[in-house]
Amino acid sequence: MTPLRLSALTATTALGAGLAAQLEALQAARSGLSQRRFEDCTLDSWIGEVDGLDAPLRGEWAMWDCRVNRLAARALDQDGFRAAVAAAVERHGAERIGVFIGTSTSGTLATEHAYQQRHASGALPAGYSYRHTHNPHAVAEFAQLQLGLRNVAVAICTACSSSAKVFAAASRAIEARVCDAAVVGGADSLCFTTLYGFNALQLVSSDVCRPADAKRKGISVGEGAGYALLEREPRGGELALLGYGESSDAYHMSTPDPQGRGAALAMRAALQRAGLAPSAIDYVNLHGTATPANDAAEDRGVSEVFGSLNGPWCSSTKGFTGHTLGAAGIVEAAFSCLAIEHGFVPPSLNTQELDPALRARYALAPQTLDVRYALSNSFGFGGNNACLIFGRAA
Amino acid sequence: MRVAIEAIGLAAPGLPDWPSAARVLRGEAAHEAVELPAYAPQLLPPNERRRATPAVRQAFRVAEEAIAGRDASSLATVFAGSDGDMSILHRICAAVAEPQKLVSPTDFHNSVHNAAAGYWGIAVASTAPSTTLAGYDGSFALGLFEAALQVVSDARDVLLVVFDVPAPPPLFDARSLGCAASCALWLKPAGGAAPLGHLDLALGDAAETTLEVSALEALRLANPALRALPLLQRVARGEAGTVVLPNAGGRALHLHWQP
Repeated sequence: MTPLRLSALTATTALGAGLAAQLEALQAARSGLSQRRFEDCTLDSWIGEVDGLDAPLRGEWAMWDCRVNRLAARALDQDGFRAAVAAAVERHGAERIGVFIGTSTSGTLATEHAYQQRHASGALPAGYSYRHTHNPHAVAEFAQLQLGLRNVAVAICTACSSSAKVFAAASRAIEARVCDAAVVGGADSLCFTTLYGFNALQLVSSDVCRPADAKRKGISVGEGAGYALLEREPRGGELALLGYGESSDAYHMSTPDPQGRGAALAMRAALQRAGLAPSAIDYVNLHGTATPANDAAEDRGVSEVFGSLNGPWCSSTKGFTGHTLGAAGIVEAAFSCLAIEHGFVPPSLNTQELDPALRARYALAPQTLDVRYALSNSFGFGGNNACLIFGRAA
Repeated sequence: MRVAIEAIGLAAPGLPDWPSAARVLRGEAAHEAVELPAYAPQLLPPNERRRATPAVRQAFRVAEEAIAGRDASSLATVFAGSDGDMSILHRICAAVAEPQKLVSPTDFHNSVHNAAAGYWGIAVASTAPSTTLAGYDGSFALGLFEAALQVVSDARDVLLVVFDVPAPPPLFDARSLGCAASCALWLKPAGGAAPLGHLDLALGDAAETTLEVSALEALRLANPALRALPLLQRVARGEAGTVVLPNAGGRALHLHWQP
């Protein structure tokens, strides 16, 4: 594919708001996970909660008010992202910039709150707007309106690969000249559906999540949001999206193919689009949810693509942020870009005893490394896989 | 952007499959608003077939009609819809409003917007790329747009499946769809044989196309998947021309149909 320039980038997670907070925590090996309680959740688990989401959206945005849209707006405020989009509007026009947003649960929490406040008749409270909160397209339309864009507003909802898939969809739209630039990203906030749903599937760890650890027991649920602005014709040395790959497992709704075949297919497709050999990749940001099944299957896929000796450094950053679900793609795309820009490999935080059954090369401590090319994996329920490759444009 | 249409599937009240719908859309038969008969997906293994949710069944009936027994394992897929399975969302939201918060694990993994796409990939043993989109009332246009982009950019066949089923109360008051409905288009690169014809797509700002027959216009508005009807009427009549479909935010989707 023709590389696309990342002319702006931002991420907000439990590590803080904006890229500087992410970078500081990644380099200091400081986790954003804590044992605090989310609302009246009584699960014995760790969560990656974003601070500062208590203030409601006001004025013309009041009808959009819900946790995920507050988080989406807060993320737009970081790293000069709104100004970068405004400058892109000057260059291309608002009707030439598409919006592609990934989300898994959108504003589900708003409906959960509405159900808690049902009238005796069973009716939902006045003021609850499904269309502006819970509907999965809402967070895409909200971003489009916040940024004053009017090309298309696409919501991609493939569970935990959602905000990696947006890079693929936007690349196709730019290539076909449906738009000249694209805002890609994602947002997912904490809600009871995911906390208790993953718990019902026995995928939530009571301990902090420990990716690739021999005693890993499951995920820590997190929340996050982030965006990138994609444009054509990166200049030499600028950060760029170089490749994407997509595949399906065709195996099971909530368990990955234990052979990692779907994961390997997605990684190979991304390498092919980027025109890179596996040996060119310096860092792999794993999906690495810390469930026994995910980490084993992903390790099989990675080892098959890269070989198990002298492969690239690999780490999951879920130990920093928790699993941000539909936002994981954009958050970890941002982390991969930070690794390239600042020359380091984030450690596999919370991994105490590396699972001896795993064969890939895990970075257990922070590494200083000239990362030329970084690959990021995101896999979702339904066996939906996406892989992205970032690097500096030639 | 130009793509070809290989095959169509359709299911709505009084339009139980594409051949019957085409007769109604050509004006050869009157529309009778009879409920869709229940459907058991043929391609799902027996266990999954029994557990398939109403939304998954609604998606499978048109996807299975469009592929008509042919091998679908190499088709990329785009699934699109506004709401997912609101019966599941209702059960989960009701459960987490109680002190015990007991969520069914099956409900949870079926609650993802891409559940139907996941079951489809398993049913036809396809490792091809699959995207699921949400576009509120513009879900058909948005899905068609993404599917066409994949056809053009990857020069491959893509199966588009658009579906929605109504919510139960009390969510129904917040999102009131008139009926369950779905449609599927098998799209392929332009240039080769196109059994039905070619479609050119572009964004524009004209007003959306409506239908003259009031019963059909009511159906068009009753479910996001049925925003496809003005296009499908052109296809059924073998009539070249332009239709404008409502999109989800931003600009409308202008389509030129050439049989």
